[in-house]
Amino acid sequence: MQAVTELPTINPMAPVPHEVVGKRRETYDTMTLELAAPEPFESRPGQFNMLYPFGIGECAISISGDPSRTDRIVHTIRDVGAVTHALHALDIGDHVGVRGPFGTPWPMEAAEGKDLVIVAGGIGLAPVRPAIYEALNHRDRYEQFVLLYGARSPEDLVYLDEIKEWRSRFDAHVDVSVDSAPSGYRGSVGVVTRLIPSADFDPEHAVAFVIGPEIMMRFSVTELRALGMPRDQIYISMERNMQCAVGFCGHCQFGNTFVCRDGAVFCYDDIHSYLPIKEV
Amino acid sequence: MPETPLLLDRADLDRMIGILSERGYQVVGPTVREQEHIISYGDVGSTDDFPVGLTDEQEAATYRLVDRGDGRLFGYAVGATSPMSYLQPSDAVVWAGRRTGKGFETVEPPDPPRYAFVGVRPCELAAIAIEDEVFLGTGSQCPTYATLRQKAFLVSVDCTEPGGTCFCASMGTGPGATSGYDIALIEVLDDEGHAFIARAGTEEGAAVLAELGAAPAGEERAAAASQAVEEAAGKMGRSLDTEGLRDTLAASLSDPIWDELAATCLTCANCTMVCPTCFCAAVENRTNLDATEAERVRRWDSCFNFEFSYIHGGSLRPSASARYRQWMTHKLSSWVDQFGMYGCVGCGRCITWCPVGIDITANAAAVRARMEEAAHV
Repeated sequence: MQAVTELPTINPMAPVPHEVVGKRRETYDTMTLELAAPEPFESRPGQFNMLYPFGIGECAISISGDPSRTDRIVHTIRDVGAVTHALHALDIGDHVGVRGPFGTPWPMEAAEGKDLVIVAGGIGLAPVRPAIYEALNHRDRYEQFVLLYGARSPEDLVYLDEIKEWRSRFDAHVDVSVDSAPSGYRGSVGVVTRLIPSADFDPEHAVAFVIGPEIMMRFSVTELRALGMPRDQIYISMERNMQCAVGFCGHCQFGNTFVCRDGAVFCYDDIHSYLPIKEV
Repeated sequence: MPETPLLLDRADLDRMIGILSERGYQVVGPTVREQEHIISYGDVGSTDDFPVGLTDEQEAATYRLVDRGDGRLFGYAVGATSPMSYLQPSDAVVWAGRRTGKGFETVEPPDPPRYAFVGVRPCELAAIAIEDEVFLGTGSQCPTYATLRQKAFLVSVDCTEPGGTCFCASMGTGPGATSGYDIALIEVLDDEGHAFIARAGTEEGAAVLAELGAAPAGEERAAAASQAVEEAAGKMGRSLDTEGLRDTLAASLSDPIWDELAATCLTCANCTMVCPTCFCAAVENRTNLDATEAERVRRWDSCFNFEFSYIHGGSLRPSASARYRQWMTHKLSSWVDQFGMYGCVGCGRCITWCPVGIDITANAAAVRARMEEAAHV
C-alpha cells in the first residue's frame, strides 16, 4: 500500500467532554447552555459544534456566544427531539461531549465599511448572535447596523433582555415582529420580511446575513433583491441533516455542497440556483 | 522493484496466500457464497476457496453463476461485494467511550485487522483510490479508515473477460491495473497451461514475489497476456459517455426527465449497497443497557432511504425521483466538484443488482439526449 504513509493524529469523530457551567431558560422550549472550555475555544460567528449527551445521541448546534470570550462555549437549544431533550436535562456540573467548531462563518470582513443587515427568524437568532456581538464590539467597522428579528409569537422570542439593550443603542436599528400575537400585544405583528423595506440601509452598499426557516430566507432574499441588493452581498445559513460534520456521512448534501463543511453559511450567489429546485 | 514480469502457477498462488498469512494478514478474496450462489468477498485459505471454473452472467437485474468448464480462478467479472466491505465496513466503530461519574472518557479501539485482498479488480482499485480521496483527502481525515487502509495489501487481477454490465473502459479505471496495487496479476490459460503473469507495484509486493522465487515470464507470453487485457476494453457490456457529463447533469436538476427515469425505482437502496464508492453512512450512537459504555458507529446508509434527508419536520426528499436524482447526479456530477473525480468506476454492480434493472449508462445517455434536445429548442 502506498497512499497512506502517515496516520491522522486527530479523530474528528471523537467527542471531548465539557462541563456544563451555566443554564438559562430563554422560552418555554428553548434554553441556553454554557460550557467551560478546557482550553481557549476559538470559533468564528456562524460556526457550529456537535453536542453529545453521553450515550443518547449527537446533533449539530450553532454556537451562540460571544466569539471574543474563549473560556466559555455557549449554545442555545430548542427542545425538539431525543438529543436536544437530553441536552435540556443536563445539570450544572454534568459533562457533554463536544466536537467542533465546524462550518463556514458569517463573513464579517465582507460587511466592513458597509451597512450590515441581519434578518433572523425564530431560533435562527442564535446562530447569528455571535455576529451581532462581533459587529457591536467593533461598531466602527460598519456603517448602519440593522437587525430584523421575527418569531412565530411573543412567547417564541429569545434573548429579550439583550434585544432591549440593543434597541436602546443609538447606533443600531433593531426591529422585532411576530407572526401572530394575542390581542393587546403592543409590538409589530406580521412576518419578518415585512420589516425589510422600511429598514434604514443602502441595499447596494450593504451586506445581509439571513437565517431562519428556508421559506423565510427565500422570502427575505426576494425582498432584499427587490430593493436592489446584489446576490453576492447576501449570505444565508442552510440547514440539513448532519451526522458527522466532516463530509464523511453524506447526509447534508445540498447540490454539490456538503452543508457541514461548505456551509452552513453560504454566499447566496453560490447556491441560488439550487433553492427553487424541489427536493434538492 | 523488478520490471520484468514474473510467472506464477496456481501452486505459487497458494504459497502466496500462505506467505501473506504468515506476514499477519487475513487473506480475503472472491469466494462463492453458497446460500445465495453468488460471488462475494470472503476468507481465502487456499486457491480452492476462489470460484474455480465459474463465471458470472450479468445483465440488468440479472446475475447467474455458471460453469466455465475450465480451471480459471478469476474467470468472472465482479461479485456483489467489494473491498469496501472491509476497508469501510458497515458498523465500523469510529469512537468508543465509557462513563466516569458525571463525565466520560475515550476507550482506545483494538488494533484493526490487516487485510490482504487477493483477486481485486482494477475497477475496485479505482474505487479504493476514490475512497482515499473521501476519507483521507483535502478535508478531514478518518483514522478508522486510514488504519485499515494503511495495513491493507492488494493483489489485483486484470480483466480479460468483462461482464455484461461492465463499463470500466469508459470510466478509465480498467480493464488493466495501472496503480494502487502491491502485486498485479494477469490470469493466463493458453497452450502452455494455466499461469499468472505477476508485476510488483510496491516494495512489499516485490518482497512477497521474491519470497516465492518466481521465474521471469517469457516475453511473448507476457505480451500476449497484456494484449488480452487491452482487447478486453473492446468487450465491455456497457459504455458511458463522460464527455461534459458533469455539466450536463448539473444543468438537468429541474428537468422532468428525472420523474421518467425514476418511474420504476423502488428506492430499495440495492445500488448503493453494492456500489464500491457509495460512502454515505449513518452515524449511530449506541450504549449498553445501563448506559455506562457507548460506541459511535458508522453504519452504511443510502440516499434512497426516506429518512436520509430528515430534518425536524420531515424528509427533504420524499419523492423517489428526487432520491434517484440525488444518487445519480452525485455519482456523475457533484462528485467531480467535491473530489475532482467521478464517483463511478464502471463496475456495473448497480445495474446488475437493481431489481428493476435501472441502468446508469442508459440514463446518463437519456439525460444527455434530453438536455441536447432542450438546447436546440
